[in-house]
Amino acid sequence: MKSGIEFVSDDLRKLQADDFANPGMLWVARGEKIWGEAAGNGGKSCAACHGVAAKSMQGVAARYPRVDPGAARLVNLEGRINLCRDRKQQAQPLGPESDELLALTAYVAHQSRGVPVSVTLDMQNRKDFERGRELYNRRIGQMNLACTHCHDRSWGKKLAAETVSQGHGNAFPAYRLEWQSVGSLQRRIRACFYGLRAEMPPYGAQELLDLELYLAWRAGGLPVETPGVRR
Amino acid sequence: MLARVQLPRTAKPGEVIEVRITIQHSMETGFRFELDGRPIPKNVINSLVARYNGAEIFRAEMGSGIAANPYLQFYTVARQSGAIEISWVDDAGNRGAERAPISVTG
Repeated sequence: MKSGIEFVSDDLRKLQADDFANPGMLWVARGEKIWGEAAGNGGKSCAACHGVAAKSMQGVAARYPRVDPGAARLVNLEGRINLCRDRKQQAQPLGPESDELLALTAYVAHQSRGVPVSVTLDMQNRKDFERGRELYNRRIGQMNLACTHCHDRSWGKKLAAETVSQGHGNAFPAYRLEWQSVGSLQRRIRACFYGLRAEMPPYGAQELLDLELYLAWRAGGLPVETPGVRR
Repeated sequence: MLARVQLPRTAKPGEVIEVRITIQHSMETGFRFELDGRPIPKNVINSLVARYNGAEIFRAEMGSGIAANPYLQFYTVARQSGAIEISWVDDAGNRGAERAPISVTG
């Protein structure tokens, strides 16, 4: 099993390893600021409940997506942050792919850097997982390809100038040169849908969450790299 | 606009120190278009100045060839304690500044 970092150039590998030059760290730094700022009618900051993120958030991102007991549905890290905004801060949810949400997610996930990805499968997320696995193996789009055709059967081969990776999400939210910005795993998955000329599910769609869960299970054991750097 | 400046916290007098800067900025080239065909106006950080205790030590003039979230690096000589202040302005007239302290003892 290989992380996506093994499929990129030496330059990008160095860029990700350098905590100052890594552009994703700008989002992490911004997230650190937001962590300490009070928001919403609740007037609470993240730090008011969770304290020091380096302690309270260590290893958390490695366990997502998971079923939130209160909401009784599968949520990813971005969704969990927005649940906290709703319940505790009584603030408006942060928009998908907004700079604030990406910054906060990157900051929280960064606290788990080096922790192996490990989601637990149980009765609660079994259905989500099975749907995710089914979608991963289902042919979609005009290209009529499934995720598995590239990321299981053809990784290491060339797709135009790029090497096809194994499709693990352990570096996300990650800085992609193509985006010139940090983006979420859902944005990256949607880019694959686009490439297959399939209909892109909207951000936060159940299909994407299911896929995220399946991918996290599939990437089990790989260390979290957030903020990763990719092409 | 968010920026990070990195330099050694302490240095000896006369020591050559490395200063590194990253700034979060889209560095819009002016060559791109919205989905409906409208051009996206050029907006890049066109000038950046570094001052060491008020004296200019580094200046950069950038254009649309510089990637988003620019990274800059230069060297200077540590003379006296104080701060290095970086300030910049983009085409839209937005200004930003960031400073990092340094203590020179030896």
